[in-house]
Amino acid sequence: MRDFMLKLGEPRILWPLLFALLIAAPFAFYPVFLMKLLCFALFACAFNLLVGYAGLLSFGHAAFLGTAGYMTGYLVKVQNLPPELGLLAGTAAAALLGYAFGALAIRRRGIYFAMITLALAQMVYFICLQIPQTGGEDGLQAVPRGTLFGFIDLADNLTMYYVVLAIFVSGFLIIYRTIHSPFGQVLKAIRENEPRALSLGYNTDRYKLLAFVLSAALSGLAGATKTLVLQLSSLSDVDWHMSGEVMLMTLLGGMGTVVGPVLGAALVVTLQNYLAGVGGYVTVIIGAIFVVCVLLFRRGFAGELARLLRPGR
Amino acid sequence: MTEILGVPLQVLLGQLLIGLINGSFYAVLSLGLAVIFGLLRIINFAHGAQYMLGAFAAWMGFSYLGIGYWAALFLAPLVVGLTGIVIERTMLRRLYKFDHLYGLLLTFGLALVIEGLFSNFYGVSGKSYAVPELLKGGVNLGFMFLPVYRGWVVIASLTVCLTTWFIIERTKLGSYLRAGTENPQLVQAFGVNLPLMITLTYGFGAALAAFAGVLAAPIYQVAPLMGTNLIIVVFAVVVIGGMGSILGAVLTGFGLGLVEGLTKVFYPEASNTVIFVIMALVLLFKPAGLFGREA
Repeated sequence: MRDFMLKLGEPRILWPLLFALLIAAPFAFYPVFLMKLLCFALFACAFNLLVGYAGLLSFGHAAFLGTAGYMTGYLVKVQNLPPELGLLAGTAAAALLGYAFGALAIRRRGIYFAMITLALAQMVYFICLQIPQTGGEDGLQAVPRGTLFGFIDLADNLTMYYVVLAIFVSGFLIIYRTIHSPFGQVLKAIRENEPRALSLGYNTDRYKLLAFVLSAALSGLAGATKTLVLQLSSLSDVDWHMSGEVMLMTLLGGMGTVVGPVLGAALVVTLQNYLAGVGGYVTVIIGAIFVVCVLLFRRGFAGELARLLRPGR
Repeated sequence: MTEILGVPLQVLLGQLLIGLINGSFYAVLSLGLAVIFGLLRIINFAHGAQYMLGAFAAWMGFSYLGIGYWAALFLAPLVVGLTGIVIERTMLRRLYKFDHLYGLLLTFGLALVIEGLFSNFYGVSGKSYAVPELLKGGVNLGFMFLPVYRGWVVIASLTVCLTTWFIIERTKLGSYLRAGTENPQLVQAFGVNLPLMITLTYGFGAALAAFAGVLAAPIYQVAPLMGTNLIIVVFAVVVIGGMGSILGAVLTGFGLGLVEGLTKVFYPEASNTVIFVIMALVLLFKPAGLFGREA
């Protein structure tokens, strides 16, 4: 069994297998559910790039998801822009916001970094609540999906699914390449020992800022896509609970692992789907999973699995 | 009527008073965070939930057991402090050898559990809690009308803040605490029971939050989510002040409350965000915080 698992774990076999599963998935599951899952998976991967590889715990990633969602929703619905421009603008908005957040937050480390990102995200929440373009408490509803590049009609769920899959895979590949690039190695060095990286001549602040902007932009891409999929952007996307959820996905799946956040996102989204019936207890259950994860399960699913399969390392 | 910059003096003073009240809560809560952070090196995200627990303990004590305000002012912090001690002993203690961010994540999870449970049992709408008989009514100061209870909140918080400052900066126990912050190994080598001190410190921090909760109960509605949004503002207050100095945390708390009150008068749209904007400015010009001494 272990040999079999190990063989499955080989990149040559694992990745094509997972990709084939994702292509076949809409024939077995409800496409909208899968699309939502992919959006959150991308969100969690983008978050993990920051916390897992650069060691920066952002408590405000909801701001990027939500801002991009509002931007896309507003441009597509009110300004009648085509979806590809909407997605692009949403991602760009998140990247800009990420630059502003990052430039402020990297001035402090560790626990302060988390508090600053949380506070800035709360500011974005209040701004989204007050300005008229976001629709306040109602949010933006009935956002049209439109026609991608003028010839791909996104109203069909299956078509939309493959577009979302393409977006997810591109985002995932960008993150994968980043992690395995020299840039990614420097990030890991900063995570492990920042003074040392600094003394080796790396301008650590610039690396951290770039990682932050990249993470924010990809979170924005996830948020923009999510708005098109669900045809809705609402305040819950900028709420701090959302920042907590993406943290939970990453923690549960495995911080600093490549597939962990995808697993975690799948688990949390599925859980929320099934728990929709118990109403208010969702928060309690999510909080309890947090506590259990932190106390007993810090490596997350992917981390524990990797340790089981390769006990020597 | 006297006007300042086109605003009636009474409106201005009224908002400044509200700002001072909010500032009292910012001060007590950021003080609790700073005390916990000093020794445990974690940020207690459950602080808002503990503040809510304090208010609810007072409300439940009155509704179910007939315990009055003055008893609640001592009993609620005691009960919440004890739950804090249990949390530290059973959970937080296991995390000290790992990255400090895990402490933040754990207390975040706890806050979700506590607030979720209370929302389910009591609903999100608030319960009202009566102002104690002794503090009812108000005094006319000539230029404005001051409700006695509001004055009491400011005085009580100031007293608690200064007492805490005195204990930590001027007593033997406080010197142990400060030494534990500087060099835990050395303090233990001198035979001080540091683990016990850490436990009690967390309990004390939680009790401070609960005390603020009881003070808040008659002013705001006692509601399960009363602490969440407040605690995020307090985080910003802590970033602005820096957690290095206790008096700094207290001053920043009161000061920002006043600034928020002024914003409500002159530019109400920004009153929710002004503290976060100040935080951004402080980070730009004095990244360590106004009273911070972080490297």
